[in-house]
Amino acid sequence: MIALGLEGSANKIGIGLISHPSPTAGPIVLANLRHTYVSPPGQGFLPKDTALHHRKWVVRLIKQAMRQARVKIDDIDCICYTKGPGMGAPLQSVALAARTLSLLWGKPLVGVNHCVGHIEMGRAITGATNPVVLYVSGGNTQVIAYSAQRYRIFGETLDIAIGNCIDRFARTLMIPNDPFPGYNVEQLAKKGRNLVDLPYAVKGMDCSFSGILAKADELAVLIGEDVPEAKRLRSEEGELITREDMCFSLQETIFAMLVEITERAMAHVGSSQVLVVGGVGSNERLQEMMGLMARDRGGSVFATDERFCIDNGIMIAHAGLLEFETGVVTRLEESTCTQRFRTDEVFVGWRD
Amino acid sequence: MPPEPTTDNPSTTSTSTSPSEQLLQEQQQEQQQQPQPQTHTHHTLPPPFTHTPTPLIPLTQGAEALVYRTTFLTPSTPAILKYRPPKPYRHPTLDRRLTKARLLAEARVLVRCRREGVAVPAVLGGDWEAGWLCLEFVAGETVRRVLDWWVEREGWRVKGKEGEGEGEEGEGEGEERDEAMLDLMRKIGRAVGKLHTTGVVHGDLTTSNIMLRPSSPSPPTSTSPNASPNVDEEEEDVSAYLAGTIVLIDFGLAAQSLRQTQEEDRAVDLYVLERAFAATHPTAERLFGEVLRAYGESYPGAKASLRRLEGVRLRGRKRSMLG
Repeated sequence: MIALGLEGSANKIGIGLISHPSPTAGPIVLANLRHTYVSPPGQGFLPKDTALHHRKWVVRLIKQAMRQARVKIDDIDCICYTKGPGMGAPLQSVALAARTLSLLWGKPLVGVNHCVGHIEMGRAITGATNPVVLYVSGGNTQVIAYSAQRYRIFGETLDIAIGNCIDRFARTLMIPNDPFPGYNVEQLAKKGRNLVDLPYAVKGMDCSFSGILAKADELAVLIGEDVPEAKRLRSEEGELITREDMCFSLQETIFAMLVEITERAMAHVGSSQVLVVGGVGSNERLQEMMGLMARDRGGSVFATDERFCIDNGIMIAHAGLLEFETGVVTRLEESTCTQRFRTDEVFVGWRD
Repeated sequence: MPPEPTTDNPSTTSTSTSPSEQLLQEQQQEQQQQPQPQTHTHHTLPPPFTHTPTPLIPLTQGAEALVYRTTFLTPSTPAILKYRPPKPYRHPTLDRRLTKARLLAEARVLVRCRREGVAVPAVLGGDWEAGWLCLEFVAGETVRRVLDWWVEREGWRVKGKEGEGEGEEGEGEGEERDEAMLDLMRKIGRAVGKLHTTGVVHGDLTTSNIMLRPSSPSPPTSTSPNASPNVDEEEEDVSAYLAGTIVLIDFGLAAQSLRQTQEEDRAVDLYVLERAFAATHPTAERLFGEVLRAYGESYPGAKASLRRLEGVRLRGRKRSMLG
């Protein structure tokens, strides 16, 4: 069976074509295209502009994906789109495209939960069977484990998402948004050496980032060139704190929090596998830290690269097709989208 | 007119003989080749535990600490050793800061609880530089295991009833058993209430961190569905088993809460516990209502904390995305 997947919950529009040749064999990626809306430095992406971007690109990307995969309309079994969670306007634009295609081609629709898409794609790519999942992106921060047909949320952020924290700090330092702010922060952090004291906010298996962001923003003012020499932020050894040090400190602190809550969830459910998905999951330092933790527990970490970590159409196609194979379709009248759609609301009929 | 679509990465464009497919296969192979070790990495313990007369029996590897059973000072004093090894993933400065702060906080909170009459393990000794803390040994089982055992039993009982059609008799027994379980829930609620009365919040109040120290020495043997012929005898066992004392353990994330943040912190404690119930034991979720009821009656400020819990739930559970 072949599915077309349309993703557009944030600033990326992703079109994917996937084939499930048989129930036992792994999925085959036929095409995985993406285009990103990049906003100027110091600014985030606004829903209105992002939706415009998606509308401009959707037809072109679908055409190219079909060409590349050498798939005809007749070959496609269902059209999967992101139902939520995400930003309203971009979600609506892509859902509209999905509905149009469904009517035009006479194909059934499947509305997919974005988070479940990440998890299923991560499992398929890495071969992790039953891992604790850390889902970290610009909009979500969740520690998830599967139990009784649901992906249950063990821990999550109590306020903003980790990617949002990083992106907004990047805006404070006027770090470019191209290719994405997290990547540029990661590159700067590699050159940082001094650790600045930031709050550390873990509550059981939950965590909080807004206070850390506020503190980091406050300290960032003190590293500016225009600040008098005497008032500049310094390390204990008296060295001037740089942008690189700030990025480094932010990453070290918030990633340590993520690894800690993941480790706590692993200890709680007694699992030794951990799968990292979502855009922030492509950060190599986070993957490294997670690996060190997993090794200490006699387990292993599974992570994917940016093609599958960052929002993409293929994950929507894959998760949608899994659901479609269990007989689930979304009727046209119900093919809405929603900004709020929790991971544990989805009935996972395709796993034991 | 927009330019030809480009992708963020050239390798993203893939056809049926794609690199992604190869990657997929490679990674799956790698996965198969990797051994799945069950034993944890060996940690070197700090002195004086490098040469103890009693062997150190590893109990669990929590998220924070390695927990061993041993003796302290005399060979007849059973004790728990909590060793917080340096976390290799954490920056050393951050690691030292967290280890010291948490170990000291844990010891202080335990001493305070003890003084105020909350059932917690006593502190026997410790060293924050080396990262160890020695605590009184608490016999019994975690509430998590009790709940697992109960859920399994319930499943077995329901199945048995369906098969044999026992009817009303079976339901009566079920109520008694439920009563013992609900009583346990009330004890948990009161124990948490007592803790919060002293101004302490636990910080990681999961079912794994609540112990049931039984008054009867051993739990009922019928934990497997096949081995329980005598229902009456078993019923007594169950009540005795569930009639123990609730002891709160693992104060690694505990804090003596400030007055301004007390309500919020207490509510988060309850929220964490609620989630532990819901996440690990979907069928045991309804038991949690009884925990909250008993908690609400346990001290004057409890009602305010319960109201605050509503707010924490709204923030934590319902929010799915923030821009």
